[in-house]
Amino acid sequence: MAEIRSEIMQGTLDLMVLQTLDAMGPLHGYGIARRIEQLSENALVVNQGTIYLCLIRLLQKKWIKATWGTSENNRKAKFYSISKSGQKQLKAETEDWKRISGVIGRLLELTPGR
Amino acid sequence: MSRLNLVVARIVAFFKRSDLDRDLDNELEAHLCLLVEENIARGLSPEEAHRTAHLKLGNLVSLKEAHRETRGLPVIDTLLQDLRFTFRILRRDLGFTFFAILIVGLGIGASALIFSIVNTLLLRPLPFKDADSLVWMANKQSVPEQTTQVGYLLDAREANRSFEELGAYFAYYNVGDIKLTGDGEPERLTGIPVSQNFFHVLGVEPQIGRLFTEEECRINGPAVVLLTDGLWRRRFGSNPEIVGKPLRLNEQSVIVVGVMPASFDFASIFAPGSHVDLYRPFPLTPETDRMGNTSAIVGRLKPGVSLEAARSDFNILGPQLRTHHPERNEFEPLLSSLKEHVTGHLRPALLVLACAVGVVMLIVCANLSNLLLARNATRQKEMAIRVALGAGRRRLVRQMLTESIVLSGAGAIVGVLVALVGARVLTHLDAISIPLLSNVQIDFGVLAFTLVIAILTGVVFGLVPALQVPVIGVNESLKENNRGSTGSRKHAWLRSSLVVAEIAFACLLLVGTGLLVRSFLKVLDVNLGFQPERVVAIRIDPGTAYPTQTRRNAYFDEALRLVQNTNGIEACGLTDVLPLEGDRSWGVAGKGQVYQREDYPEAFVRIVSDGYLEAMGIPLLAGRDFTAHDTTDSEQVIIINKTLAEKLWPGQDPVGQMVTQDGGRRVIGVVGGVRHVTVEQDSGSEMYLPMRQTNDYSAVQLVVRTMLPQASVATALRSVLKPLDPNIGANEFRTVQQLVDKATSPRRFVVMMLAGFSTFALILAALGIYAVISYSVHQRTHEIGIRMALGESARTLQLRIIRQTLRLAVLGLIIGLGGSWLMTRALVGLLFGVTSNDPAAFIGMVAILVVVATAAGYFPARRASRIDPITALRSN
Repeated sequence: MAEIRSEIMQGTLDLMVLQTLDAMGPLHGYGIARRIEQLSENALVVNQGTIYLCLIRLLQKKWIKATWGTSENNRKAKFYSISKSGQKQLKAETEDWKRISGVIGRLLELTPGR
Repeated sequence: MSRLNLVVARIVAFFKRSDLDRDLDNELEAHLCLLVEENIARGLSPEEAHRTAHLKLGNLVSLKEAHRETRGLPVIDTLLQDLRFTFRILRRDLGFTFFAILIVGLGIGASALIFSIVNTLLLRPLPFKDADSLVWMANKQSVPEQTTQVGYLLDAREANRSFEELGAYFAYYNVGDIKLTGDGEPERLTGIPVSQNFFHVLGVEPQIGRLFTEEECRINGPAVVLLTDGLWRRRFGSNPEIVGKPLRLNEQSVIVVGVMPASFDFASIFAPGSHVDLYRPFPLTPETDRMGNTSAIVGRLKPGVSLEAARSDFNILGPQLRTHHPERNEFEPLLSSLKEHVTGHLRPALLVLACAVGVVMLIVCANLSNLLLARNATRQKEMAIRVALGAGRRRLVRQMLTESIVLSGAGAIVGVLVALVGARVLTHLDAISIPLLSNVQIDFGVLAFTLVIAILTGVVFGLVPALQVPVIGVNESLKENNRGSTGSRKHAWLRSSLVVAEIAFACLLLVGTGLLVRSFLKVLDVNLGFQPERVVAIRIDPGTAYPTQTRRNAYFDEALRLVQNTNGIEACGLTDVLPLEGDRSWGVAGKGQVYQREDYPEAFVRIVSDGYLEAMGIPLLAGRDFTAHDTTDSEQVIIINKTLAEKLWPGQDPVGQMVTQDGGRRVIGVVGGVRHVTVEQDSGSEMYLPMRQTNDYSAVQLVVRTMLPQASVATALRSVLKPLDPNIGANEFRTVQQLVDKATSPRRFVVMMLAGFSTFALILAALGIYAVISYSVHQRTHEIGIRMALGESARTLQLRIIRQTLRLAVLGLIIGLGGSWLMTRALVGLLFGVTSNDPAAFIGMVAILVVVATAAGYFPARRASRIDPITALRSN
């Protein structure tokens, strides 16, 4: 099982959760975990429980909201959805991410000896 | 914004912990079910599906733990955990806990009490509005009361540029000047004559009624009086109707114009150790000017004017006024802040007390460190297990500090109680002439101080043991069997140094106390020049019924005759002022002698009758005492003391010489000096005038030397004097010993406090020694067993252990004595009759410490010598 390390990964997970909720609408914890696994093609094998630490963090920052509802198998489950400020945050972070990955990408394309 | 959200959310989460836990449980439960269903759908067996689901979700216990940490306040969580654990530990060892709390409590209580005294006397401003701009104007040329002639006060009011207002009170009031008659038991009251603006200068308003008017402060103005809160409550049942009503004072009808508030206590500021009942108008007029140096001046500086500026103003003004008025007494204004005047002289003593209490706290800390170290030694295994289970060093240190701070916090609660009781006792102490003592209280400042001290103490005494904790490796510790390893040897070293420090500090305190106790004994031993034992005094002023000198003389004859014939009375006489209760001085010279104005001889004046010298026990060195025949009809006579005799007629026989006093008085006797200003201070020049030849006295005190106990003297004298004065109150009798006690009371107070601290320090040091020695005996039970098995006698063993004790004691003593040698210099101002390196104090205290140390080592030594070698060897 790959360990999720450090704050970078913590931030990354936050970003992924926000993006997932923004794209998919309200989801419960299982759904979010499942979705992230699928999208990352299991490259990011997360201890699924970790998702709840991320969710409580986002909840306390008021970037997401939670309501109790019924899941597809008729169970009580907590559904999370992105909030206004969450969307703003997502937008800002997406831009940051793109800029940084762009920079890193260009950096990595440099070839030696010119 | 989101940061604030986060903080709020976290606090909410902290308090809604169980709700959130349940939520999470439900969520995880649902999650698990979904995972299991997914697995089953994938074709796994139910057990396998469960197993994989659990694996996928991760360790639920640590997840919940992490969830709590993420959402809540982990710092407080840990703190609560530490606290819970601390309480469990402390409950487990109740003896230790009780003892530790008691020690800290006494230490903190003493600190808080001293702080509240220092706070009241030195730190806080006097209890007046803008007290910092109040100034005391002494007259350097008027000893000892520092008073000024009224004329100078009036001139200075006009001419100075520094003061908004200058007021005064009449310093020569006497205790019991005013006889209250009429309804109820007659009694003698003490009234302070104050200038019209006196209360205004201080910024004090009456609680009911009004202050004196200009008219009331003229000579022969309307007779009015202001009551103190104390008299109003005691005598008039707090009846507000009293204002405007007349009282019968000194057989005169006087209107009460108001009642001053309880917050204004004249006595506690200007005349500590006494009490005041009334205020009367003090006219500032030519009539009072003629009375000489009588006014004690207090002024309020103009806004923005500094004390320095006022001083330079008066440095010029003083000499100017003096040159303008050669007919007046000398005047040399000496300005100081009122606060400096009231409490300044106590500063050294209070600083000594504050330092002493600081030293006591250090000893307390050392002692508790030691106790904690000893206890930790028995907790090594627990610590090791906690480390093995993953507790970090910081966590353990934090746990230890929590324990010590909880202890000191509990100690602080005890300490506040101790301080409250102490403050209550202090404020109710009568007859201690320390100003503002009745204002000492445990207020928020003191509580804040206590809190700081408590935390500081907890950290200080907890730090050393806390840092010691994880020194020993887990393995080593778990394997250790009480036989003493490098770790405990290091502990032993640390504990010994703490004990050495305790002894050194205790030595410092003891030497200081020893010096002050010795000074106090010397003060008590001083030859006062009179014998205060078995002397009772009571006022028997003749009053208005005896308007002429002849009538008064007849009154005196009768009073003395009645008293002399009473059983159990050895001697009796009259005086206007008792020793240590106020003084006035007049210029005096031998007839024909010429002096410059500056060095004109002055002498303290007493107006006395025949028999006074004998009653007071003042030795007559030459010539004769007054007799009942020294009246206005016979030659004017005077008795002087030795100092004055030597000053006026050095090397000659003074008896028979003439002095300039009252146009010429013949010296008929020479007496010894009387210490009347303070017990510590020499008498200076004194003279006695016969009461039957003058009317320049404001009180008549009957002084009686008796063999009867005080209570029966009072009864006897009351009944004997009934024909002359039927209104003598039972509580008007005072003993002269009381006056002496009051004069030595500040010194006694400091000595008592210091002695208390030193005893506490000594007990703590002894406990420290005892604890360390018995711990080392306990640690070495095995070794002792072997030694005894090999033939060491109980005696040698005991001696060896006592030697070990003494080594600690001697080391501590060397350091402590070194410190004392340096520190006691600071005490010089407080010493009397001993030097700061008084060998008796040093040797005596060293002896006490050595004896106590030996005793503290003896008990463990005796126990060690009774160890049964076989049991000792088997026990491991």
